[in-house]
Order: sequence, then C-alpha cells, then structure tokens
Amino acid sequence: MSKAYPPSPYSSPLGKHNAESHTLSVLVDNEPGVLARVVGLFSARSFNIESLTVAEVAHETHLSRITIATSGTPEVIEQVRHQLERLVPVHSVTDLTLAARAIERELAMVKVRGKGDARVEALQLAEAFRAKVIDATTESFIFEITGAPRKIDDFVDLMRPVGLVEVSRTGIAAISRGPEPI
Amino acid sequence: MAKHMTGAEMIVEALKDQGVEYVFGYPGGAVLPIYDALFGQNQVRHVLVRHEQGAGHAAEGYARSTGKVGVLLVTSGPGATNAITALTDALMDSIPLVCITGQVPTHLIGSDAFQECDTTGITRNCTKHNYLVRRIEDLPRVLHEAFYVASQGRPGPVVIDVPKDIQFASGAYHFQRNIQHKTYRPKLKGDSDKIKRAIEMMTKAKKPVFYTGGGVINSGPEAATLLRELVRLTGFPITSTLMGLGAYPASDKQWLGMLGMHGSFEANNAMHDCDLMICLGARFDDRITGRLDAFSPHSKKIHVDIDPSSINKNVKVDLGIIGDCAHVLEDMVRLWRAEAARPDAKALADWWKGIDHWRARNSFGYRNSKELIKPQHAIQRLYELTKGRDAYITTEVGQHQMWAAQHYKFEEPNRWMTSGGLGTMGYGLPAAIGVQLAHPKSLVIDIAGEASILMNIQEMSTAIQYRLPVKIFILNNQYMGMVRQWQELLHGGRYSESYTDSLPDFVKLADAYGAHGIRCSDPAKLDAAILEMIETPRPVIFDCLVDQKENCFPMIPSGKAHNEMILAELGDDAGVELGNVIDEKGKMLV
Ligand SMILES: Cc1ncc(C[n+]2csc(CCOP(=O)(O)OP(=O)(O)O)c2C)c(N)n1
Ligand SMILES: [Mg+2]
Repeated sequence: MSKAYPPSPYSSPLGKHNAESHTLSVLVDNEPGVLARVVGLFSARSFNIESLTVAEVAHETHLSRITIATSGTPEVIEQVRHQLERLVPVHSVTDLTLAARAIERELAMVKVRGKGDARVEALQLAEAFRAKVIDATTESFIFEITGAPRKIDDFVDLMRPVGLVEVSRTGIAAISRGPEPI
Repeated sequence: MAKHMTGAEMIVEALKDQGVEYVFGYPGGAVLPIYDALFGQNQVRHVLVRHEQGAGHAAEGYARSTGKVGVLLVTSGPGATNAITALTDALMDSIPLVCITGQVPTHLIGSDAFQECDTTGITRNCTKHNYLVRRIEDLPRVLHEAFYVASQGRPGPVVIDVPKDIQFASGAYHFQRNIQHKTYRPKLKGDSDKIKRAIEMMTKAKKPVFYTGGGVINSGPEAATLLRELVRLTGFPITSTLMGLGAYPASDKQWLGMLGMHGSFEANNAMHDCDLMICLGARFDDRITGRLDAFSPHSKKIHVDIDPSSINKNVKVDLGIIGDCAHVLEDMVRLWRAEAARPDAKALADWWKGIDHWRARNSFGYRNSKELIKPQHAIQRLYELTKGRDAYITTEVGQHQMWAAQHYKFEEPNRWMTSGGLGTMGYGLPAAIGVQLAHPKSLVIDIAGEASILMNIQEMSTAIQYRLPVKIFILNNQYMGMVRQWQELLHGGRYSESYTDSLPDFVKLADAYGAHGIRCSDPAKLDAAILEMIETPRPVIFDCLVDQKENCFPMIPSGKAHNEMILAELGDDAGVELGNVIDEKGKMLV
C-alpha cells in the first residue's frame, strides 16, 4: 500500500526519529486551575513536557506566561499548539522555535563537594562559564549560572567528575528578539 | 439595572435570562438553596430524573433535538461524579451543556468534607471549560459566560461549581445580552481565498465525494439547507458519519448511506477511490478511517471545521478551512454558482456508474426469515410505519444502534440522537426524555438493546411522572450482541460474559412502572405490534425478540482499509470464519 500521507500525530508513537524540540510561549489568564488545564492537556494527549515555567507577567491584567519546551514530530507540535489554543483561558500560543528568533535562558544552582584540587578546578570551570559562587563552606560550593539550557547542561556535565552533589534548575524562560512582542 | 439577590436566586434568574425552559436535576444538601429558588416559580421547569447520569443525557437529548443549550443541576460529591459519563459523552459529541454543581462551602473546600469532591479537578478533562465560583461578584458573569462558551465555536459541556455559601451570599445581578468572552472568540467565517481554492479543486475533480459529520448538524438547520443546495448543484455523491445523519435526506439518490466501520459498501469504496474528498464538520475518527495509512490514498482532501485542532489531527489534508459549516457552505454555494468552470461531466458520470455498481451489491441486505424476527427487518418495519409521523429516534449502544443507523432513513437534521464518540450504553432512554420534553407532540423512540436499556432503566419513572410517552423499542437478542460479534472476530467465539441471564420480563417491568408493555416474536405480528406501540399515548416498552445470532454487516474490521470490508454473505448463516479476519495488529485496536 502506498503511503500518500505521513501518519497522524497519534498513530506514530515511534515517530521519535524525526522529533524536534520546540519552545512554546503561552499567554494565559492567571486564574485558578489554568496550569492544571495546560499540564492535564499534555498528559491526556500523551504530549511531552521537557521543561515548563510559569509566572505572572502583567499584574493589572492578570496575565501569566507559561513557557513550555516540548518535543515531537512537526505534526505533533502543530497539534500541541492547536490543542493549547482551544483552552478557554489561553490568549495566544507562539512557537518560538518556528519564529527562530527566540532567546532562551535558564538559571541553575549547582552544588559541588570536594577538597584540595577539586575545589580549584571547580572554581576555574565556574569562571569559564561565568558562574557565581553564592554559598561556600570548607568542603563545598554552590554556583549560580544563567544561560541557554545547553550551556547549563555542559556546565553540569563538567562538574560531575569534580564532585557534583545536586542541581536545581528553573526551567526555560524565553522571549523573541527585536522590538516586536512575542 | 443591577438587582440585588442571593447567589441561588441569581442562578435561577440567569437561567430565565438565557431562555432555559427545562433543567434536568436531582437535589441534595449542597444545592438546596438553588432548589429553594426554583420553588414557587414556573418559568424554568425542573425535571426530576432518577440518576444524575440520566439528567446529563436528557439534557443532551434536549440540546441535540433543539439546537439549544441543555442544562442540568446536581449536588456535590456523588451528584457530580454521577454526571461525569454524560459530560464526557457531550464533550466527545460536541453537545452544548451547562452543568451546575453544588459544592461544599468555600471554607471547607479541601478538608474532605461530607460529599466534597474536587469537581473542577475531576471534570477538567471532560468539559470544554469549567468554573469554581469563589466570589459572589463573579457569579453573574460566570453564569452567562458558561452559556456562551458551551454554545459558541465547537459546542461542549461547561461545569459551574457553586459552593453553598456563595448560593446564600447576596450581591448585584446583571445580565448583558451578547456577552463576549475576553479570549474565546471562535472564527465563523472561512478564509475566502481558501474557499475559492476549494471551489477550484471541486471543478477539477473527477471522482469527488462529500463526507459530512455532526458539525453540519451543530451549525444549525441553515447549514443542512445549504449542504443540500451545494450537493444538488455539484451533482457529487455524499456520505456522512453516524453523527451527521439527517443533514442530507436519506431518500435522495445522491446519498450513499453512512460510512465507516458499519457503513455502506458504496460509501466506503467511494471514500477509498475518490480523487477529492470534501469533509464538512467531521473529524476523521478511527471508526471512519479504518487503517490510517491506507485511508483514501489517492485523494486530495478539503477539511472544513470550526475547531482548528481537528484539522490535520488524524489525517493530513491538502486544504484546511477554519470556520462554521453554515458560513463556509454559504460562500461555497455562492462561488460555485458564480464559477464558470464545471467538472468533467463524462468523468462524473463514470464515477457514478462505478458507485452504482457498488450500490448494486446492496450491502445492508440480509436474509429475511418467516420464523424469526430479523433485527434489520424490525428496524425497517419501524421506519416504514413511523415515516411521516414526525419521529425522533434515540439509541443505546451496540448492534441495534448500527442497524438503526443503516436502516432508519433520516430526512431532516436533529432527528437522530445517538452516543457516537463515547458509545455510552444507557444514553437512549434519558435522551428520549429530553427530546420528548422539547417536542411534546412528536413520536420519540429509543431503539434499544436489552443490555443497554438496563443501564438507565430507572428513568422510566421520570417518563411516567412527566407523562412523556416515549417508546422504547428493544431489539432483544439476549446478548450484548456487539460484544458477542467481536468475540467471534477476535476470541474464537468464546462468549465470555456476553450472554445476559436473568433478564427481567420487560412487559411486567413496563407494567410495574405504569407504562404499557408489548412483546413480539412473530414476524407476521410485528406490524400490528409496532402500530399498537405508536398509537399508545403512554410510555411503551416494546420487547422485540429477534434472531439471537445475527451479526452486523458490512464491517471494516479494525486495522483494515475501506476496501477490505466484510460483507453479509460471507457472514452469518453461511458461518463465516470471522475468527480469521483480523490480524494480530488489528487485535490491539478497539
Ligand atoms: C457503559 C458501557 N459499558 C460497556 C460498553 C461496551 N459495549 C458496547 S456494545 C455492548 C453490548 C450492548 O448490548 P445490547 O444493549 O444488548 O445491544 P446489542 O449489541 O445486543 O444490540 C457493550 C457491553 C459500552 N459501550 N458502554
Ligand atoms: Mg442485545
């Protein structure tokens, strides 16, 4: 049977091979339950959430921005967007990855334990990544680092052999470049 | 002008302002103030059901047969959870409902109080939207917004959860007509460039087919009128989903019958072989498409839908038009008339010749019998004897539902109420009650199975109380026939739990409720018995004892394509080896 069309987003659970990561910026009414609605939609429809952040961005108008990093085939990403748009308290959904002009940042706090050479090495790496020391004891540091998620991944990977204890990350905040709003 | 009143009074006032005639409900501690506000007024009439699921389906029946919003009122905790099936049913079939639930007082929310449940949490994924009202100032806006959200765009159920203290609190009530929601503004008009392209594609088609669905019905009677006009103008064949029956008259020669798993041979083959599919208000559901990667492989596809998420969800289309069916159809009719180009008449005639060839196969045909009532025959007789009698049909779920869809011919929209998306056994009787209330003079028949009817049989009592002469026409095969059919297909005919022992005597049951009971097992007496049912001015339970072995054909087995249907001769008496039809992968599907 000839395949005239690519399979539907729902019929290809193995469609991972052409999965892409996308960051969606979702402007919502900051009302009770809105986050549960968004998260519930992802679980009910088997969409992935790689990172999710939410905070109020306009106090007077009660608007919050939810930034979601998700992954899937282009068809799945299109479904995610349309399904989000169906939610009544959603004002707009922008695929920042498609806009290709997005800046993404994440903040992480990284705890490292060690003595002697390990401490020196940790400080040198931190310097190279422009991470700040925000807490120190004789046998540990906590670094604060901000950057694109990839950069944070790299920093954490480098800290692992040095004595990584744990990491706390904020998830992604994103915005589009230039003078126009998202 | 703002009037001062309690929250409970606001609810009743808002229902009046929304023109609500009937509220289907059941009282309890957390809604007593609302019941008190309903007391001693006549404008909004309360219909006391016997189970909250019944309230939901009755509201659905009312909504589907009138195009208005159906309303139900239930108490907190078990009242709300009992309504969940009906809410989910309405979500799947895009039926506008407003469901008001009582809730424990705000200060007790979260404390596991008596009859508390997280209603907005539980219903979040089975409603179009829901509200928990925590301040009396929000209540008037929420009430009217709920009606707006339920009815606009793709319709659906909306829950308003109202804590008891809010029902007692007082505040200012106000109502503006034509409220708009600050974010929710569905797009009604289709993009005119795209509609132009659609018309171009239609004029170039050699093997076109219209595939229509419940969206045409939801769009209102105007959409059905325009659809008829467009189909007539183009001369194209038309088929529809289970949900869309009645939008196009079944007696017309361009009508191919329903498509899908139990659809006609001609409809499914036309879908498979067409070069242009024009989908209006349908959603490429799995009962329709069969095996997705073999679905209509050679066609260009146009999809008109009010819900952007329906477009390219299951099937990738070439042209998606977001808009309301009536608006888009209106533009299509106008542009088609203005357009000089016409499809190749010769090609279209050849296409019809092919279709007639499929049609000649008479795929809904069956071998009739003089000894046993064949269920298909029973539906055909029911149709012939109720034709022209202003009839509305509801159904339960199972083989009888499919036979009703195949053999009852619908000429008008809003006459056919069936649970399509969720497939809820127990839907038909309460739905019929809602329909009968809306159309007191009409003939309302629930075509039922003996298993399904027992799921909400308690609503007989409601029918009696409100003198609603609904007719329950049971195709009694003693089996959960559709389950038995699948056990033949998938599980070697091992009928695990699909035979119902100890059925009630339905005639006595009718009697016990105060209705009229009829039993018939003789094909020769069937017509007289059906006429007796029609002429009885009270509720009737008709126990029609039919052939227990009959299966529902044609059928596209799960995981197969439209052109791989099983047809009746293969099946049934000849004893088809149904067990070999579905392959391993198909067995995984439902
Ligand atoms: C609430 C619910 N439970 C279970 C099912 C699964 N189911 C689908 S059809 C069917 C059998 C229906 O039997 P009956 O009402 O006698 O109809 P028949 O198929 O015999 O015409 C069952 C159990 C369902 N659709 N709904
Ligand atoms: Mg049965």
